[in-house]
Formats: sequence, structure tokens, C-alpha cells
Amino acid sequence: MTLQACGLSYARGRRQLFTGLDFEVGAGEALRVAGRNGSGKTSLLGLLCGLADPQHGEVRWQGRAIRRQRDVFHRDLLYIGHRQGLKDDLTALENVRTSAALAGRACTTAQALSALQQMGLGARAQLPVRSLSQGQRRRVLLARLAIPPVAPLLILDEPFTALDTESVDVLSSWLEQQLAEGASVVYTTHQPQRLQARRHHEIVLGQDLAGEGG
Amino acid sequence: MWAVFTAVIQRDVRLAFRRRADVLTTVFFFIMVVSLFPLGVGPERELLRTLAPGVLWVAALLASTVSLGRLFALDHADGTLEQMLLSPEPLSVIVAAKVLAHWLVSGLPLVALAPLLALQFDLTGEAIAVLTASLLLGTPVLSLVGAIGAALTLGLRGGGVLVSLLVLPLSIPVLIFGSGAVGAHTSGLGASAHLYLLAGLLAGSLVLAPWAAAAALRISVD
Repeated sequence: MTLQACGLSYARGRRQLFTGLDFEVGAGEALRVAGRNGSGKTSLLGLLCGLADPQHGEVRWQGRAIRRQRDVFHRDLLYIGHRQGLKDDLTALENVRTSAALAGRACTTAQALSALQQMGLGARAQLPVRSLSQGQRRRVLLARLAIPPVAPLLILDEPFTALDTESVDVLSSWLEQQLAEGASVVYTTHQPQRLQARRHHEIVLGQDLAGEGG
Repeated sequence: MWAVFTAVIQRDVRLAFRRRADVLTTVFFFIMVVSLFPLGVGPERELLRTLAPGVLWVAALLASTVSLGRLFALDHADGTLEQMLLSPEPLSVIVAAKVLAHWLVSGLPLVALAPLLALQFDLTGEAIAVLTASLLLGTPVLSLVGAIGAALTLGLRGGGVLVSLLVLPLSIPVLIFGSGAVGAHTSGLGASAHLYLLAGLLAGSLVLAPWAAAAALRISVD
């Protein structure tokens, strides 16, 4: 269970975001992607998920390029992006159930409800997402994490944003438990929050280009 | 695969019911256009009978084009489309489910209303049956072909106009055989040839369109 990046380069428009990026995240390991706003954190996660293709280099999962095994890779992957992916008109429960079905992990109402309860939203499961606060919406999104079976690779874009301190603790201890059980976690965050893992890697984007606009 | 197919249909139909205004816009557009013709043209029965299939078909085609823009745009804006692209299930299955849901909420109501609206044009019972059958076979083709256009123009400004430009030429065969079916029936030739051709178009687009729209989505989102 290893995610490898080999010589990744990516440019948005004429701006080179990063070149020759190499790293490896094994089972039970965490990778934190840091960097200023606009330094390409989300773009990097997009490449790792296979949403976009790098200019050069490739991303490998279990030693094979992800574009050659899209269905296998996507079955092992759970990505939670910074865009919400929630429908305002559906209830929290319906949102969790549809996103679980889309991720190939169709779940029962009871499983979805217990996932929402783990995120402290059990009482609000039947409310339309429109009526929830920013932090609560974020927790509806994160409830997808708790639908079994847990994916071996979790890629999370700003998972701690908009959460209160209590939820941040719940989430990070849950993630640390998954790490201890052998999942790999790639995440970005601006907060000092840092997951405890067997090995913790860190990449800081935008440093070698600090002269530009910096 | 079935789980994701039914989940997407369920979700889209549910969303349409919670935002009824969007669906009703399409249906009212159809009713308005079709009902204004007899008033505008005048009560000459012969003329109205000749006009009927063309008017109903053009109105159905435009109504379906109007609602196409929303097919993927909302999912693109809120990030659900990313989840669909990252699904281990085949994207073409998800697209097929979305198209079916789109047809259920914006195509099927038109088919259901057509017999009622056709009465205004003094069509005979059999001609109405042929017209409804042609719409039943033809409107899914419009949704399927439209999905390709909607996927290609995703995220572009002024995409709505571009969708119409891309999709309308492809819908013309459907329009010709659809409205031609009623004419063939009234002239005594029998409508079966036209209906078989429509069924053939439906079978072809059912196989090709979800796959093409899925490929177009991957390009548009990249």
C-alpha cells in the first residue's frame, strides 16, 4: 500500500507550481502538504487523485501508474476536497448515502446515521444541509470517512477548516487510529495541527519559487 | 454498479422535486409554446392538423435544450462531479443515470402532456397515439445527445448558447422522423418506418452517448 510520486511537475497557465516532486507514502504513514495560499496544494492533491494529469512524471499506487488502474485505485482512495460536494436541498443523511454510493461503498441508512453520529450530527441527520452551519456542513462531508470499509488511502484537503476544537480533536484522533491500523493519509492544513503517525512526511510547496511575488 | 445507478437517479429525482420551479419552467414553456400556436394561427382545422406534429416536436426539442444546461453544471459548481470522476464505478453508468433522471423529470412530463395538448390541433385519436409514441422514443434521444453537449461545454462562459449550437444539428434527424411519423400516418403510409428509425436512433444513442459524455466530462474537468 504505497503511494509514490515520481518527478511530478505541474503548471497552471504560465505559472510553474512545482517541478520534479518525488515522495513516497507507505502504509501507516502520513504526508502533510504545506505552503502559502496559491502554492499548488490543491492542484497537487488533484494530481494524486488522478483528477488532473501532471506535465511530467507520474503517480503510482502499489507500484503501478494510477492512470493504468483507475478503478482499482479509486476503490482504495477516499478524497475529500475543499469544495463541499453537498446538495443544499438534500438532508445530511441523504447526502452521506449518495456520496457513499458514488464512492462504491453503498451503505444502509443505519450505517450512514452512525457515521453522522460519530461526527456529532446524529440529531441533525434529517435536516436539509442548507440549514446547517459551515462547520456542520464540513462534518457532514467528513462523515463519509466513517462509512465502512475505511479506504486504505485518505486524501484530505484542509480537513480541519471550519471545525471547532472539539471536532478537530475527534477527527485527528480518528485519523491517527486509522494510521495506526495501516491507512495512509495525505492532508493539507494551515493549522498547526499535526497527525501522529509511524512516519510523518512533510512537503512545503512554493519555497523554491519564493522570490516570485513573495 | 446498480447501487450507484439507482442512487444517482434517486438523488437527481429527489433534487428535482425539492426544486420544483426548475422542472415546472420546462413544462410550462412547452405548454405555452404549444398552446399559443392555435391562437396565433387561427381556427382553420386543416392547417392546424398539418402544423400539429411540427409544433409539438419543436416545442419539445427547445424545452429539452433549455433544461440541458443544468445537467452537469450544478454538480460541477459544488464539487459533486469530482466525486463522480473519482468513483470506482464506471463514469458512463453514472452519466447514464443522470440522463435517465433528467429525462424522467423533463422529458416524460412532455410526453404525458402531449396527447392533451394535441387536442387543440384537432388531431384524430390514432394520430395522437402516433405522436405520443414518437415523442416517447425521441425525447430520450434528445436528453442523451444533449448530455454530450452539456459535458463538452461544462465550465465555459456562455455555455448555454454553445450547447444549443452543438446539440441542435444532432437533434435534427430526431425532429424530422418524429414529426414525419404523424404525417406518414395521416397520408396512409403508416408510421412504423419512422418509429423504427426513431427506435434505432434511441438504441444507438443509448450505447454511445453515455460513453461519449463521460469522456467529455473527463476532458472538461481536467
